[in-house]
Amino acid sequence: MTSANLDIAFNDEQAMIMASAREFCRDQSNITAVRSLLTSNLGHDPAVWSEICKLGWMGITIPDHLGGSGFGLGALIAIVENMGRYMLTPPLISTTLAAQALLRGGSDTQKNQWLPAIAKGCCATLALLENEDWGADIKLSAIDAGDKITLQGVKKFVADAQAAEFFIVSARYRDQLMLVLVEANRLPAGAITENILIDQTKRASTVNFSGVTVPVTACLNHIATTFRDIKLIGALLHAAEATGCCATSLDTIVSYLTTRSQFGRLIGSYQALKHPTVDILMQMDSARSLIYHAATLIDGESFSIDSEIACRMAKVQADEALLFAGDRAVQFHGAMGFTFDCDAQLYLRRAQWCQHQYGDAQHHRKHLAPLLLDATHE
Amino acid sequence: MAPATQPSTSELEDFRRQVAAWMTTNRPPDPNFLLPQTFMEIGSERVLDFLREWQYKVWAAGYLGIAWPKEFGGGGLPTIYQQIADQEMKRLRVPILFNVIGLGWAGPLIVDIGSEDEKHTYLKGILNGEDIWCQGFSEPNHGSDLGSIQTRAERDGNTYVINGSKIWTTMGNYAKYMILLARTDLHAERRYSGLSFFLAPMQTPGVTTQPIQKLTGEYGFTETFFSDARIPAHSLMGDEGQGWRIAMQTLQYERGAAAGAAGGPAMISIYMDDMLAMARDVQRDGKPVIGDTVTRDDLVKFMIEEKALLLGEKRADIPTLCSEYPGSLSLSHKLRATEYFRRMRQYALALQGTQGSLYIGDPDTLGGGFWQRAYLNNFALTIGGGTSQIQANIVGEHVLGLPKD
Repeated sequence: MTSANLDIAFNDEQAMIMASAREFCRDQSNITAVRSLLTSNLGHDPAVWSEICKLGWMGITIPDHLGGSGFGLGALIAIVENMGRYMLTPPLISTTLAAQALLRGGSDTQKNQWLPAIAKGCCATLALLENEDWGADIKLSAIDAGDKITLQGVKKFVADAQAAEFFIVSARYRDQLMLVLVEANRLPAGAITENILIDQTKRASTVNFSGVTVPVTACLNHIATTFRDIKLIGALLHAAEATGCCATSLDTIVSYLTTRSQFGRLIGSYQALKHPTVDILMQMDSARSLIYHAATLIDGESFSIDSEIACRMAKVQADEALLFAGDRAVQFHGAMGFTFDCDAQLYLRRAQWCQHQYGDAQHHRKHLAPLLLDATHE
Repeated sequence: MAPATQPSTSELEDFRRQVAAWMTTNRPPDPNFLLPQTFMEIGSERVLDFLREWQYKVWAAGYLGIAWPKEFGGGGLPTIYQQIADQEMKRLRVPILFNVIGLGWAGPLIVDIGSEDEKHTYLKGILNGEDIWCQGFSEPNHGSDLGSIQTRAERDGNTYVINGSKIWTTMGNYAKYMILLARTDLHAERRYSGLSFFLAPMQTPGVTTQPIQKLTGEYGFTETFFSDARIPAHSLMGDEGQGWRIAMQTLQYERGAAAGAAGGPAMISIYMDDMLAMARDVQRDGKPVIGDTVTRDDLVKFMIEEKALLLGEKRADIPTLCSEYPGSLSLSHKLRATEYFRRMRQYALALQGTQGSLYIGDPDTLGGGFWQRAYLNNFALTIGGGTSQIQANIVGEHVLGLPKD
């Protein structure tokens, strides 16, 4: 028998959260609403964000004594999966990741100041990348200036930067990796430059932190584990979002295959279309098994090797499932699939976005190899 | 068969240790011939005798048929005990329990719907391995399409007269009984409703078997011919015309002891752990191939797929995580699992380097040709019981609602 950890659990509370998330996302984000936000500045509807905060979703991962409900990260996976399914794009993932950084590495002052605010709707995000490489060293520098530190450098691909009230920025400080909390109001005008993204439902920016000065108390603690954990959580949340979108992509394909006729037959009767559609279903099923396995393991304080393996596997599988589903969705719609009006392009573009968030499949497989192949065996 | 009180966790853990200890002490030494990896690979008397003795030993020790009724040779205990025994037998990779059609098809069916007479006649012999059972559903030229079955069963007084032939009969040449699906009504309105289900004795004049040589060069299956073979009328199970429904009922026992099967591994489990063990030994460019960058990425891909497959079996038991396409995981399981194992076993042969070009019988073959046999025989699984291509149609039509072709 294989020695791998195969835990998967889902309790009644999580099931209730899942059901209500599904209903909310479906009601708030039909395809017309999604398309109407494509060219908007924020990329999401602030009224919907406000509803989400009223529902308490932002407090789910925040402990009771800090204004949340303390259900834990596992419960959030079902919400994010449904956001992916209905392409609802409030800054929930970005903000959750910033909250996780504070929960794991923040000082008591930082936690008390920001986590209750997040539970009520304050948006935040992580600023980690400086180039295209999730494996790169951090170059943005933090320099001592009296009892303050001054930042020097630019962060790229910062999700939901326009909406964020603060950033958790990775930096090099006294030759060590550091995470620094930077409030958005410390940025000079023009520091944020919006990117043009392949996924028009998403928003990200280049943020220039050069010259921004923050107190030394803006630094987080437990940097190594916090940095590792938030990247793994980021991978898992995007895996859940991709898996949800994969389900929509599959539904769109099935709907077309069961209504479109060619050469006198419904095209879904052709095995050339039927069998790859079954492949999409099986890929999605695999992704779903892996994300809920990861959700089962990550509710602890700090990540075990098994949690790390689970998050990385989930990201690999979800990326590949959605890349395949989006690509086939376009192809199976024939000439219609080549048009902007066909929703298949939304899924294909989302696949490209998701795969590059928190490391693509190859990145994670490379990091899985030593965990899976070089571990000492009993 | 719900027990009055559920066993406690510590009782079950004690039982698990007890099974493991017994298996470790009593497992037979490796014989000087290759043991089969699945019950479909029993091609000689000496293999059969070896496995028959092993099954008897396991049953006599109380680790087979644990949840079947005591009066018919079972243990009369809750199912969980058999599940634990099965897990331990798999984990310790003891020889398979070979009488699979009896233990996992005919037996649970008789427990569920058989008459008292049938239970007394058949169940104990299934468990102790004395009576070997085989299955007669498939026919030449019809493959998985059971609706096209043409073997005839005509009532004549106290007998049914059987004419026709069956194929892919595992252990047909050793079996005492066959679960036989035959046509009793040629004029039934629907082609499925003319079928009937028999517990047919094989040692009957007019029944002959012809072993089929597999692609591996070995044996394990027969073609079975019926020529005016007269079987007793009481071997009919249920009523005439219920054959299809009863045959479908046997399929549900595939989920093992949990569904009512007697238990025991029908095949040894081969997972990535086995592949990694080999990859630590086999050399490429002067070093263990497990250090090769390209190979490592391939191995990781297989491990992700394997983990998702095994997790799927567990997620299938959590309805709220399967609400979108209920039945998706269970209906696609055969397709996913058998195709995964086919590709994984094929890769294992590639990984061996030139040693992968050797075959069973060559003294230098790794593990006596473990992976050669595993890969080649895996086609029994991707073809038998509905080919992968038919399985994909079933999933597409029954899970996704796509139109038939």
